[in-house]
Amino acid sequence: MDQSPLIPKPFRLGPFVVIAAVVGIAAVAFAYTAGWLSPHRLTPKKLVAGLAPPGGPALGHRRNHAKGICFTGTLNANGDGSTLSKAQVFVRGQYPVVGRFNLATADPNAADAMVRVRGLGISITTPDGQEWRSAMIDAPIFPASTPKDFYGLLTASASKDPDAMKEFIAGHPGFLTFLGWAKSAPWTSSYAEERYNSLDSFLFVDQSGAKHPIRWSLIPAAQPVPIAPGDLAKRGPDYLEQEITQRVSASPQRWTLVITVANPGDPTADPNKAWPADRRTINAGTLIVQQIEPERDGPCRDINFDPTVLPSGITTSDDPFPAARSAAYSRSYNSRTAESSYYPRTDAGAKQ
Amino acid sequence: MTTARTRFTAPQRLLHWLMAICILSMLFIGVGMVSTVTPKYLTLVQIHKPLGIAILVLVLIRLTLRLIYGAPALPAGLPEPIKLAAHLSQVILYALMIAMPIIGWAMLSAAAYPVVLFGGVHLPPILPVNPGLHTLLWHAHYYLAFAFFAVILMHVAAILFHKLVRNDGVFETMAPVLTHDRSE
Repeated sequence: MDQSPLIPKPFRLGPFVVIAAVVGIAAVAFAYTAGWLSPHRLTPKKLVAGLAPPGGPALGHRRNHAKGICFTGTLNANGDGSTLSKAQVFVRGQYPVVGRFNLATADPNAADAMVRVRGLGISITTPDGQEWRSAMIDAPIFPASTPKDFYGLLTASASKDPDAMKEFIAGHPGFLTFLGWAKSAPWTSSYAEERYNSLDSFLFVDQSGAKHPIRWSLIPAAQPVPIAPGDLAKRGPDYLEQEITQRVSASPQRWTLVITVANPGDPTADPNKAWPADRRTINAGTLIVQQIEPERDGPCRDINFDPTVLPSGITTSDDPFPAARSAAYSRSYNSRTAESSYYPRTDAGAKQ
Repeated sequence: MTTARTRFTAPQRLLHWLMAICILSMLFIGVGMVSTVTPKYLTLVQIHKPLGIAILVLVLIRLTLRLIYGAPALPAGLPEPIKLAAHLSQVILYALMIAMPIIGWAMLSAAAYPVVLFGGVHLPPILPVNPGLHTLLWHAHYYLAFAFFAVILMHVAAILFHKLVRNDGVFETMAPVLTHDRSE
């Protein structure tokens, strides 16, 4: 390096202003990207906080669908789904499943009869190393059309303002469809008698690369037996978990995996809108639930049933919810796994 | 580990600037993705994972080149504390470039997430599923990202200081093209 002797120069402010400006602009751009300058941005943190009851979240538990029980079983694919998706999970065969029956509540100790919506999370793995995760509920439609509306619903229902819900409904009439289901649909006394729906639309990608907008449902083999919520309450706060444990130990429980294909123009971006009942359906196989295990030490505990964990052959569609759910579920997972001491395992050591 | 060259070799300079773009993008994608619930979230996550692995591959190549070709000496007249800071910052930057992708990969493994690069291409898990490890790694990934950005800002401030205040040739060692009339 031809090092010329450094002659002391007079101090110049200019270069330091340039340096401060470059560093300052970069730092502000970073802060903006992180959302620190946008208090109105709907962040995963806000969305998850919106789910918490007034007393705060139940530490160590999922921030929603907090009450649940694990299961293991198989998906027996019949091969018919392969016409729509190249995913190995639709090739005729038997694939292992880890899942979770749950109640849509932030309270892991909620009484069964207090929770209207029931859910099922599922993770199916195939020999090619791919995985399909889904979290479904028994409602036929979602209460809101967009993640922003859903946050509005959470805010309104938590509000002390007696008119908050009325105002929300006035601005979001789609919620009435959900409310209609919630008020009129019969309750059952078993997780095994529920139909679970993806609600969100996804795209199946076939061997030729063609994309098919679809939704899916798990339709129970067990005949639903209606029960009044008051009668369910009399059976005890945790009846559903006791019932499914006994039922599955007596015999495996089955659901048919039904794929519904959209017609052009069907609302794929809005899970609040059902598709007409006459849409083409394909029976892709059978979910067989073979064993129930309590969540505390169970195989579903450490799984985030993130609906965007998809095998090659399934992708997200223009439905904005899977992205929002993925972002929020991730935050919930990070929080609850850091709080394990509030929900200790009983077989401490075995899985730690 | 110095060389008589006055500039880093062309492959080293290329890697430096390529990785500068990758790493800055990575840090912005990282803080951006955890702040949104829009569909951008998925796009950003889908870029974040393969880009992280790409950075890991690139930094290993870069470290190898560094061990082979070394680095030009710092100007003789540079005060010792600044020399020490320069060496330390390089060690820290290399450590972060190597550690961050591995921590990210390990964190996903400990949380039972598949590590999807693109389409059907997955990486194997490098840790068993373990919530305690996941928490540790997640915190490390999160806080080290901010530390990484801070160190990069200091690196930028320092090199601008070398160029604009001292004009001592340090910037030219890594400049993509020669920016003043010093000959090599």
